[in-house]
Amino acid sequence: MKYVDEFRDHDLAQRLAATIAAEVDPGRDYRLMEFCGGHTHAIFRYGVQQLMPPRLRFVHGPGCPVCVLPMARIDQAIALTERHGVTLCTYGDLMRVPGGDRRTLFQARAEGADVRMVYSTQDALRIAREQPGREVVFFAIGFETTTPPTAVALEQARTEGLANFSVFCNHVLTPPALAAILAEGARIDGILGPSHVSTLIGTAPYAFVPEQHRLPLVIAGFEPLDVMQSTLMLVRQINAGTARVENQYRRAVSETGNRKAQALMARVFRVRERFAWRGLGEIPESALELAPEFAAFDAERRFPVACAPTREARGCECPAILRGEKRPTECRLFGTGCTPAHPLGACMVSSEGACAAYWSYGRTRAQVATG
Amino acid sequence: MTNQPTAHIPLDLRHGRVELTHGAGGRAMSQLIDGIFRRHLDNPLLAQGNDQACFTVPSGRLAMSTDGHVVSPLFFPGGDIGALAVHGTINDLAMGGARPLHLSAGFIIEEGFALAELDRIVASMAQAAEAAGVRVVTGDTKVVERGKGDGVFITTTGIGVVPEGIELSGERARPGDAIVLSGGIGEHGVAILAEREHLGFATTVHSDSAALHGLVATMLAAVPGLRCLRDPTRGGLAACLNELAHQSGVGMQIREAAIPVHPEVAAACELLGLDPLHIANEGKLVAICPRDRVTDLLAAMHAHPLGTGASQIGEVVEDALLLVQMETSFGGARVVDWLSGEQLPRIC
Repeated sequence: MKYVDEFRDHDLAQRLAATIAAEVDPGRDYRLMEFCGGHTHAIFRYGVQQLMPPRLRFVHGPGCPVCVLPMARIDQAIALTERHGVTLCTYGDLMRVPGGDRRTLFQARAEGADVRMVYSTQDALRIAREQPGREVVFFAIGFETTTPPTAVALEQARTEGLANFSVFCNHVLTPPALAAILAEGARIDGILGPSHVSTLIGTAPYAFVPEQHRLPLVIAGFEPLDVMQSTLMLVRQINAGTARVENQYRRAVSETGNRKAQALMARVFRVRERFAWRGLGEIPESALELAPEFAAFDAERRFPVACAPTREARGCECPAILRGEKRPTECRLFGTGCTPAHPLGACMVSSEGACAAYWSYGRTRAQVATG
Repeated sequence: MTNQPTAHIPLDLRHGRVELTHGAGGRAMSQLIDGIFRRHLDNPLLAQGNDQACFTVPSGRLAMSTDGHVVSPLFFPGGDIGALAVHGTINDLAMGGARPLHLSAGFIIEEGFALAELDRIVASMAQAAEAAGVRVVTGDTKVVERGKGDGVFITTTGIGVVPEGIELSGERARPGDAIVLSGGIGEHGVAILAEREHLGFATTVHSDSAALHGLVATMLAAVPGLRCLRDPTRGGLAACLNELAHQSGVGMQIREAAIPVHPEVAAACELLGLDPLHIANEGKLVAICPRDRVTDLLAAMHAHPLGTGASQIGEVVEDALLLVQMETSFGGARVVDWLSGEQLPRIC
């Protein structure tokens, strides 16, 4: 496949692996955090970790929007369908995520709720147009990358006067989450920075990472060769003792990002004062809500639902895993009480979560055998 | 199908629709059976019009299998629910080494379903059965109220005979055996996905829906000591290999570079974030055979039209953890797990 195979080339991978192996200092550890679930997925799916020298380890960050979504928001979504009788449009991977009382949108649907799996915001708009008599709510989720499509849908709905369409907004922001993890003193030596998010926001918002934390950050594409090249760039910075923001993903990311999309986001959204992240707790100014001009399309204002507070499963190590302090296998629930089919913790609920990736791709005969 | 007197007013196969009376056991039902089912599926056993088909069976072990079909949409590139219902059950029999003999077909039809579409589906079924050398010898028709079904659901049951000396079973894989795949994966699932209108993209991928018993007969003639056969339908190649690993109590080691994937299937999967290893097939099989017979097996498969793309994709290994592991084309290694959750509902 053109423009894809080039970034998954076996021989180039071997050469990069050899270069990394030759350049690492055998006397030290390299703990590199990949922020995004997309990187985690690529590392596991292509087996990148096995190509790395033994003391270079990828530490999996919190950049998986489904993983960090608080369980209470699932409860709220279920309540929207059951108490307010709305048609809820959602991406498929949210359907399996258990809320506070372990119920999922799949279960709610089986019990009669009108939950539709969609592939884009445009599908949700179409459903709203086709069913003028029904309230249609789009369950919006994701980092900066997925925010413009939601904004476009909202502007379209306003232009068309689509009064039965609204958005349950759960969009979150990358830099505040990264800042929160680093402020807690995560033990890492460098960061593989977001790729798709950075196409939107550019490289400038990461300047605080070297300035305040003396850590190198390389914006890295999601293909396995991107990850390996970025790893080499981080290794070189670590060896040289420098801390800069570098951009490996030059084919898509600029310093200033996508100004048009930024302007669109500024029109449609505003920053929430605070938002609770699953596994990380409350982080100030880390999420978006609809701007007052779009209040009529804000599902939270139109259909207020109060939900009971939620509690994480006992023994779940997701907070420590999301901060890079522990590995999935260091959680006693991993693979016993908690599997992709029956996820208990945040990192197991989405295929991009660290625990799910570890379970689905990362087990090896040797690793599992030694626990 | 009971033997009612033939009604006088013919079915309107161009504009008519299925009504509740077509499943009520009266004259209208008889008309539907004569006008569509008997017309296309005609054979001496069906023509007897009894509540059952009675026939003598050749010697050997009898194999029996059943399969419900709920695919949406009903017509898709490379096939339709009628042909799929024939192929699905034939393949389940063939994976046991059986030569399929007869099928039954149970139709659950939604009130309001166009007779023209039903006619097209049954014609396709008849064509698939004839091409495969089997007959639909008995059947059943039910009609449910509008809104209580989705067009038509078809359940087929088949019986076949396993020749003497053939012992195929999912628990017979042994460390050292070769794992063989008959061709490119993911074509059926992607064809269905592409056809579902709300996805809004078009590909030229056709479903691989096909009856595999001919290929199986060729394979068994060349290598009677074949250990296991399985068709990687729902859950794809990943589920198929994990099932065999668990049944046999072994591990599997496969090579991604050896698994054929049509470029358009790969592209569609890339776009949708799907893994071809998890996508359904309807005309492919996985064979496990003793290592020293794999060359003969591949030669026999390559000589059959449905096996031209066959290749060895890996080996059975000893593994107390029963894992399927893959060397990635990229050069790394990973586990190939069962798919979690629902990926593509109503694929077959």
